[in-house]
Amino acid sequence: MGNWVVNEGLSILVILVWLGLNAFLFWWYYRVYDVPVKYHYSRKLLGSALAWARAPAACLNFNCLLILLPVCRNLLSFLRGSSACCSTRIRRQLDRNLTFHKMVAWMIALHTAIHTIAHLFNVERCVDGRVEAKGTIQAALSDLGDKTGETYLNFVRKKIPNPEGGLYVAFTYLAGLSGVIITLALILIITSSTKTIRRSYFEVFWYTHHLFVVFFIGLVIHGAGRIVRGQTDESLKEHNPHTCEKNFTQWGKISSCPIPQFAGNPPMTWKWVVVPMILYFFERLVRFWRSQQKVVITKVVNHPFKTFELQMMKKGFKMEVGQYIFVQCPTVSHLEWHPFTLTSAPEEDYFSIHIRIVGDWTEGVFNACGCDKQEFQEAWKLPKILVDGPFGTASEDVFSYETVMLVGAGIGVTPFASVLKSVWYKYCNDATSLRLKKIYFYWLCRDTHAFEWFADLLQSLENQMQERDNAQFLSYNIYLTGWDESQATHFTVHHDEEQRCD
Amino acid sequence: MGRIEWAMWANEQALASGLILVTGGVVAVAAQFKGWPFAAYAIAAGVFVCLLEYPRGKRKKGSTMERCGQKYLTAVVKVFGPITRNYYVRAILHAALAVPAGFLLSTILGTACLGIASAIYLLAAIRGEEWNPIEQKPQERPQVGGGTIKQPPAMPPPRPPADTRKKPPAEVAGQENPIPVTIEAE
Repeated sequence: MGNWVVNEGLSILVILVWLGLNAFLFWWYYRVYDVPVKYHYSRKLLGSALAWARAPAACLNFNCLLILLPVCRNLLSFLRGSSACCSTRIRRQLDRNLTFHKMVAWMIALHTAIHTIAHLFNVERCVDGRVEAKGTIQAALSDLGDKTGETYLNFVRKKIPNPEGGLYVAFTYLAGLSGVIITLALILIITSSTKTIRRSYFEVFWYTHHLFVVFFIGLVIHGAGRIVRGQTDESLKEHNPHTCEKNFTQWGKISSCPIPQFAGNPPMTWKWVVVPMILYFFERLVRFWRSQQKVVITKVVNHPFKTFELQMMKKGFKMEVGQYIFVQCPTVSHLEWHPFTLTSAPEEDYFSIHIRIVGDWTEGVFNACGCDKQEFQEAWKLPKILVDGPFGTASEDVFSYETVMLVGAGIGVTPFASVLKSVWYKYCNDATSLRLKKIYFYWLCRDTHAFEWFADLLQSLENQMQERDNAQFLSYNIYLTGWDESQATHFTVHHDEEQRCD
Repeated sequence: MGRIEWAMWANEQALASGLILVTGGVVAVAAQFKGWPFAAYAIAAGVFVCLLEYPRGKRKKGSTMERCGQKYLTAVVKVFGPITRNYYVRAILHAALAVPAGFLLSTILGTACLGIASAIYLLAAIRGEEWNPIEQKPQERPQVGGGTIKQPPAMPPPRPPADTRKKPPAEVAGQENPIPVTIEAE
């Protein structure tokens, strides 16, 4: 239990604070529209549906502010680097940005649903108030604005009955039209973001996700029509709704109850989202600028089992152990960026990634680098590469302890290539200053085929350690979980023989 | 984009549309909005669309994640043969189902979403995609090693007896500290 609190406690705290803020905003803005006398007549016309629509609207403002921030990965990298004073545990929260992004997205979907349903009631009541209500206070309130000098409360002016009236309102008023369009954009974004689609057809997810531009533009103009109306302060001084609502037939005829005047609320959403929108715009600008920096491939190494290594250099590139980069190869695709863990150590003068051929993009890069050819490739024939990064929380904690246990499963072993190489360089540089004295390395994978290059790295490290008389420094244990018929027959035949079994 | 099976996305979109139709329909019927019979239809259409779209089809390439408990509905959907297998039929069906819900504001969002799903299904049909049920694999294992190995081994591979195993004592992973560890005050 204690371990769980240490590992997850800070994340849970962040989520609870976020949920708490959502609940507070919902409650607060519900009361803003449910209590004050300014909206008394609005409530007479619409009931509590007005408050039920405005409360999620406030939460939507808050969540739409938040949703852009976790995907500004360069901004997060900057925060991570500049907060080097803070503990790794705090910095590691920044690595959970995508999870937070998804949670905020679901909250946006929920509040959109509440907001839309409440407004369905509002539209129905507004149209009915204009058309059907006869002799009631709703009729009197809805008639306001018909004569000159009057301001309207009910934004529906045409007397088209429901259900056509509701449809007319939704598609002719800015709030209605923008609302329908952005809700549709949100639904398309969500259906193309499910795990199945993301994992199998990333392009569909990525390109459809750019509908968020439509979403944000529509969101900002959604309130420009000012159709949420309340009584003006000047009117409230002369006309008190509590006393005057009973004689609604006499408004304007008696001196104590002149015609009430109304005004719409100005749009507020832009104040919430303008800063994140600017930050995100700069984020895309930074990504573009970084991608224009020249990257030179210095070496391409072909490894067995469809893996190849790209060693590259870029001016001003700084990395830490265990980080990753995004790579684009315009020769193969102008729009695809793929993440790869850095397998080189910071001490080396180049940075490298190991790429395994699993799909069309990786195969395209393989061919573009000339790995399928036997003869030596000229340097100018190598393709242009764009790099963004590095990102991710570094694993530099490994240097602060005397004994370290590294556990890697499958592809997760790749950052350890960087870690182990960096340890080796520090050891060669000045073994006495290195606090690290013993590494226990555990590696689990189905078979070593995908990571033969890593097995070779371990082997070479072990040899180098033995040369320096420090064979005990690195102790590695490899567990292969794949069951193979050839292994079975091998064991059955050879188990009687005396053998080292490690 | 050569490997996209558009039907996968159309399926997600159609399922979402069904839920939206049901939600809009329930609101309008419960509140008795004008024209609520259209909403009652939307509930029925939404439920039908959800049931039809819940079982995910089998992908041509790679494995497909089943939705929880979908095998019961797969059995039903499979029965209709070419009607449910062909995506042209689904595209036309969804377009037709969407229209009546468009007469009411509460359900028009469902109409728009189902219309988009219908368009994506049309694209899938033009690309020659089809709905194939995900079958339960029979529990027999392929005969490996010419039938001499009947089952995967229940025991770990045999190792030489303990006294012939020559492991240096320091390699006993982690049970004794090769270097004395001192606890430093933090």
